[in-house]
Amino acid sequence: MEQVIFYILAFVAIVSSLFMITRNSPVHSALWMLLTFFAVAGIFVQLDAEFVAAIQVLVYAGAILVLYLFVVMLLNPKSHGFIKVPFRYVIGVVASIIIVFQVLMTLKSSEVIGKLGWVTPQLAQELGNVKMFGKELFTTYLVPFEIASILLLIAMIGAIVLAKKD
Amino acid sequence: MLLEILLVVIKILIVITVLLLGVAYMTWLERKVIGHMQVRLGPTHVGWKGLLQPIADGLKLVAKEDIVPDMVDKPVYIIAPLLSLIPALSAFAVIPFADKFTLFGYQIQPYISDVNIGLLYVLALSSVGTYGLIMSGWASNSKYALLGSLRSSAQVISYETAMGLALIGPILLAGTVSLKGITEAQAGGLWYIVPQFVAFVVYLISAIAETNRAPFDLPEAETELVAGFHVEYSSMKFAMFFLAEYANMYVVSSIAAIVFLGGWNGPVLPGFVWFVLKVLFFMFFYLWLRATLPRLRFDQLMALGWKILIPIALANIVITSIVVYVIR
Repeated sequence: MEQVIFYILAFVAIVSSLFMITRNSPVHSALWMLLTFFAVAGIFVQLDAEFVAAIQVLVYAGAILVLYLFVVMLLNPKSHGFIKVPFRYVIGVVASIIIVFQVLMTLKSSEVIGKLGWVTPQLAQELGNVKMFGKELFTTYLVPFEIASILLLIAMIGAIVLAKKD
Repeated sequence: MLLEILLVVIKILIVITVLLLGVAYMTWLERKVIGHMQVRLGPTHVGWKGLLQPIADGLKLVAKEDIVPDMVDKPVYIIAPLLSLIPALSAFAVIPFADKFTLFGYQIQPYISDVNIGLLYVLALSSVGTYGLIMSGWASNSKYALLGSLRSSAQVISYETAMGLALIGPILLAGTVSLKGITEAQAGGLWYIVPQFVAFVVYLISAIAETNRAPFDLPEAETELVAGFHVEYSSMKFAMFFLAEYANMYVVSSIAAIVFLGGWNGPVLPGFVWFVLKVLFFMFFYLWLRATLPRLRFDQLMALGWKILIPIALANIVITSIVVYVIR
């Protein structure tokens, strides 16, 4: 049963992301992307990571993609596709090869796979997902968390400074 | 296994039926209450005291011709009403209506499910509801609709922030985001409206703005935008936007009742009755506001959201977390 649901979700995620990069209208692309986000959120739920699933929908689907849509709707790019750059296919292929290489190298070299932390799915089920998540974030990963939040704060102030320039 | 699935399906059917009936009779109540507030009678002709009016309205909407304008983006135009209705209805999957009870030896939980991310789930769904507004405006290929949808999505995004921040105070006090957990944390003790009164006011204001109701009903400001994002919609597609709006009102009222007024907790009467009474109180508050206050201007609305409500909510979080830290 779980396997079947996983394959359905994975299929939806892959197909909708393919549709997303092949549509001509940017608004349609954004809608397919929304479906991708939902399928990925479903996979997170299957992995007992409900908190990540909720944040995925709340932040990516509910905030970031809405802002994208705003820009796309207001600019209304008429022609097929977003930008017409010479050699754009070459650039795309090179960029995607680099990214795939990077992902593979990270998976191979680091300890991302193979080593389990002390938080098991059972523990997360018992104590509650959000609680475990918060505990880990504010003890083990406190420094990266603080760095990320300062980075976001700087970006926010930067955006205000740029917008208020008059 | 099969029995469990069947039970869940029955629960979902009951919840959706009751919710849709609630929505239908909310429109009747709205016309009656506002009628009496303006010294009119409201609907009187269909049924006793106009009680069958919502059913007549529903039939009318179903029977009307479904017009799809020529230049619309058809798939998006059709999906948009669904995108606003489905999140509004699915939010009820996590709302706890009453405590567990035993019937004929079976233990029954009178809510569909209790997930430990309850409140986040509702917030996530309400943020997805924005797509319905944006897509309908864009797909209609009409200037009024586009302007209305831009306005409403800007408004919904702004007030979502204030709403989420206001809910953090009660979450800190309860120590959980499960809606059932928050209800149980208030059992016997003070309801969170007392220690979190500031958060309650911020939540109430932003919830009204979030559901696009008067005095924040700018997206539908009929004097400037005809009807906003749903100008081009007719028949059942229009009805879906209508249903979504009222279902969303029920969602935010239920959250307010659970988080600030202790959900099913209350003396003498059974839990379910308390829950319904609290929700209906907030629904009445909506109507009361609509009959009392004039519509805000758009810049006033944005200034209220970003410059007043969000700073107050943030200050509330800081103070609450300090107090919680000192006490525990």
